[in-house]
Amino acid sequence: MIQLPEERRPPISPSMALRVAVLGGLALVLFAIVFFRLWYLEVLSGDQYVVQANENQVREVRIQAPRGDIVDRYGRPIVRNRMANTVQIEPARLPAAGAPRRRLYRRLGGVLEMSPREIQQTVIEQRKALPYANVMVKQDVSLSAMNYIKERQPRFPGVTVEPVFLRRYPYGPLAAQLLGYVGRITRTELKQERYKGVHPQAVVGQAGLEWEYDRYLRGRDGATLLSINSLGKSRGFLRRREPLPGRSLKLSLDLGLQQAGQLALARAGHGNPGGFVALDPRNGQVLALGSVPSFNPTVFAKPLLQSTYRALTSKATGAPLFNRAIAGAYPTGSTFKPITAVAGLSAGVITPFTVINDGGCLTVGLTRFCSPGNVGHGAVALSRAIQVSSDVYFYTVGRDLDPIKGEPLQRWARKLGLGRKTGIDVPEEARGNVPDRAWRARMGRAELRCEHKRHVPSCGISDMRAWSTGDNVNLSIGQGDLLASPLQMAVAYSTITNGGKVVRPHLGLEVDDGEGRLIQEIDPPASRRVRIPPAFRNAIMSGLHAAASAPGGTSADVFAGWPQARLPVFGKTGTAQRPAGQRDQSWYVCYVPNRTRPIVVAVTIEGGGFGAEAAAPAARLILSKWFGVKSKFIAGKSRTQ
Amino acid sequence: MNTTPIQDPKAPAGTAPRSTLLFFDPLLLLATLGLAACSLVVLKGATREDIPGAPDYYVTRQGVYFAVGFVLVAILWRIDYSRLRELRYGIYGLLITSILAVLALGATAKGAQRAIQLPFFSFQASELGKVLLVITLAAVVVERSRNIGQRETTALVMLLALVPAFFVIAQPDLGSGLVYIVIALAVLFVAGTSWRHFAGLFALGAVALTLVLVGAPAAGVQVLKPYQVDRLTAFLNPTDNPQKQGYQQLQSKIAIGAGQKTGRGERNATQTKGNFLPEHHTDFIFAVVGERFGFVGAALVLSLYALLIWRALRVLTVAKNLFGALVAGGVVGMLLFQVFVNVGMTLGIMPITGIPLPLMSYGGSSVLTTLLALGLLQSIHAQGRAASAHKSFGPRL
Repeated sequence: MIQLPEERRPPISPSMALRVAVLGGLALVLFAIVFFRLWYLEVLSGDQYVVQANENQVREVRIQAPRGDIVDRYGRPIVRNRMANTVQIEPARLPAAGAPRRRLYRRLGGVLEMSPREIQQTVIEQRKALPYANVMVKQDVSLSAMNYIKERQPRFPGVTVEPVFLRRYPYGPLAAQLLGYVGRITRTELKQERYKGVHPQAVVGQAGLEWEYDRYLRGRDGATLLSINSLGKSRGFLRRREPLPGRSLKLSLDLGLQQAGQLALARAGHGNPGGFVALDPRNGQVLALGSVPSFNPTVFAKPLLQSTYRALTSKATGAPLFNRAIAGAYPTGSTFKPITAVAGLSAGVITPFTVINDGGCLTVGLTRFCSPGNVGHGAVALSRAIQVSSDVYFYTVGRDLDPIKGEPLQRWARKLGLGRKTGIDVPEEARGNVPDRAWRARMGRAELRCEHKRHVPSCGISDMRAWSTGDNVNLSIGQGDLLASPLQMAVAYSTITNGGKVVRPHLGLEVDDGEGRLIQEIDPPASRRVRIPPAFRNAIMSGLHAAASAPGGTSADVFAGWPQARLPVFGKTGTAQRPAGQRDQSWYVCYVPNRTRPIVVAVTIEGGGFGAEAAAPAARLILSKWFGVKSKFIAGKSRTQ
Repeated sequence: MNTTPIQDPKAPAGTAPRSTLLFFDPLLLLATLGLAACSLVVLKGATREDIPGAPDYYVTRQGVYFAVGFVLVAILWRIDYSRLRELRYGIYGLLITSILAVLALGATAKGAQRAIQLPFFSFQASELGKVLLVITLAAVVVERSRNIGQRETTALVMLLALVPAFFVIAQPDLGSGLVYIVIALAVLFVAGTSWRHFAGLFALGAVALTLVLVGAPAAGVQVLKPYQVDRLTAFLNPTDNPQKQGYQQLQSKIAIGAGQKTGRGERNATQTKGNFLPEHHTDFIFAVVGERFGFVGAALVLSLYALLIWRALRVLTVAKNLFGALVAGGVVGMLLFQVFVNVGMTLGIMPITGIPLPLMSYGGSSVLTTLLALGLLQSIHAQGRAASAHKSFGPRL
């Protein structure tokens, strides 16, 4: 087998043998390197490459799940879906920036009837917001435009036409602020627990009810899993994950009442912004809740432009996006007086029969507090004081409550729902403010800190005055530093009328599946209970009823001709002073008891003037709608606060 | 009386031809056949979907190349390679003219002029040139074997290799040019050129490389095309630029790694089938092996190459003359370099240079050239054995 060296011809020289050995050694080393590397790649780190290979070849094509409808309490749809073809751009597949991309934009612009500049602007804006998502260039493209692009796909690199579900609002601006809007999920949202498992390109609720009930409404996106090749071309179908349509949400809202409310505010407010709430005082169901001016929520179905957003939030347009019924916090004027009454009665400062002489003014310390025009109402007890809205009566109660330990006025305001969130199922709620000693001190400290930091004479946070009895006197008639929303006032009145149950207002009533079958009922329990003895309640209620019906009552003339026997109105006007130079804010909060459909309505109109002048007539229109009474608009003459 | 011719029992008539017939290297042949079989099996699976409607396009062609190649091996094995030495000028002339012809009238493929389009075959002169260069250089060294220690010999050999290397790199085919240089080094090494000459050559090479990569671009002359520089440097950090130069290498590593121990099988070889692995029938065929057959399959192929190299080295030692030893040495250098650089490239430890994997990669020029070289080895082996057969008998390996 093995040849001996001497058998060779010519015998291999020792130097060549060495060279061959070196060559063989080199080969050995090189093969060893390759073997080791192969071992490392295939055996030691194979798992990781399997994952990469699989990711390489599978593409998920998302199937959008239709979002659930939102319907009113009678099942009338307020928000629905519709299919629309949208032209999208995949930024990663766009041609190189510069001339090729400009050419594409020009070509695309020709098809979509947009200027290339417009397209470029859209791409830049949307990529800034969501760097990795597709850019939506145009929605609702025509069938012919769609076909044109699809047939010439190679000429439109990175451009896709996809059907997507868009929100549709059959009633336009009705309840627009409540509904909120939907939008592509943002990067920060993706990291949040509540969006776990949501597709990175999914559309989720971004505000209002759409946000609050997103988990029910959004459904679950499906996907088609395709195996693809290196060019991204499909090589075959792997499997399909069916989309799960979103649940539909039934609201407690009555669309008819909602419409009546928005019309009433528009009519009574003469273009002034305002908000209203209609509540079922038994359980907190919101029957109508609106804010004027309103807007057409369809603007949110399209990519929102900066200019549109500015128009929705600027002061000049009345900030239609701002939901004044829940996010607007204002001094409430005399509508606060029943709260003062409850506090006074409970603290024992007054009884239902305590008579106070209203001479038009009350001097507390060095300050004289007067009613408008210094008009006095004479000797009044509680009911009468509420009926005629006597300021001096409540000034006195406020003054007498101030020294009592535990700040009963503020405590009762808070117990009845002011200065804290009511817990309504819409995210944009305002807390408002019930001023007290601690608050004033806090503001003073903040002012000092601010002045210190910025080296300015005043930051405008506080006038550095300590709390005084005068503050309590102001608060007793809903002036001063008090801030409350119409919703909070509606809750407070509900609590007084229903005997102490602080309801948690809510819009959601039921979550249903696609066929309308009930999946979950929404009936949040009352936030808490407060004790209002019937005697106290009755005294206040009789005053409220007299105010809306008896001669001399602040809103009696507004309700002229109203069937008080069948549908007694318990209402209180309010006129809140606003910063100098602006018209007063008109308030009205009322309650109409009914065996089947009791209602509490709170209306406020910025710059509406006296309570009886704007808010009360609007409230009457709302009540007319609710009870089917012939509607009549009467602006009241009462000039009380 | 003496009518019966005296027969020499030690020299039976007809022994020499019969025994020469058996004087091929069976293990070398086994490795060659084994790799050819692997090539066909791998190509069959990897290229099934590459040309719609013609699933066997590449396999049949490669099969024909192998068939022709093995006929060449048989022919070469039966002739005495030593006679090629006399043809050295003609062979070198053929080498230079064919390469120039490609430059002059070659077909452009992917931005490079590497082949002449013949009726059934696109002829890549640079591939054939490898074998031609081996023969020429071996012959020249033999001619100057007494002056092997002289600097002029080393310089002449290097020059003879660098001229075609330069033209080939200009095609541009950097890989083949490097193979030429390696062949020259291998021949010089086996011939016994002094270590000092090699040290000098490496120093010169380093200077030249610096000039080409740094000096010339600075002076405004691009010796290498930008993509060549990119490819040479991309392997150092393939994830830097996954969409461009690093992409191929990354995909190749994914393919091989995904094969794990025993491979993903043909159906699941998604890197190949989805065309994520570029050039999977030519330069990256080893990655296909890795993906489909895993470590086991890739190791088998590597073992066959190891066998091939070992047998080639062995042929070197049994050559009957210096020419044979030098030719074998040149072939060893050529094969070892190509296998290591190609496999190393698919494994991500070598730059992408466009060197095919001998015998495995699809391509007539490459297959035929490699088989020509192996035919030469068989011839050297046979001649060496035949020469030593006068001294002894017996089965030999």
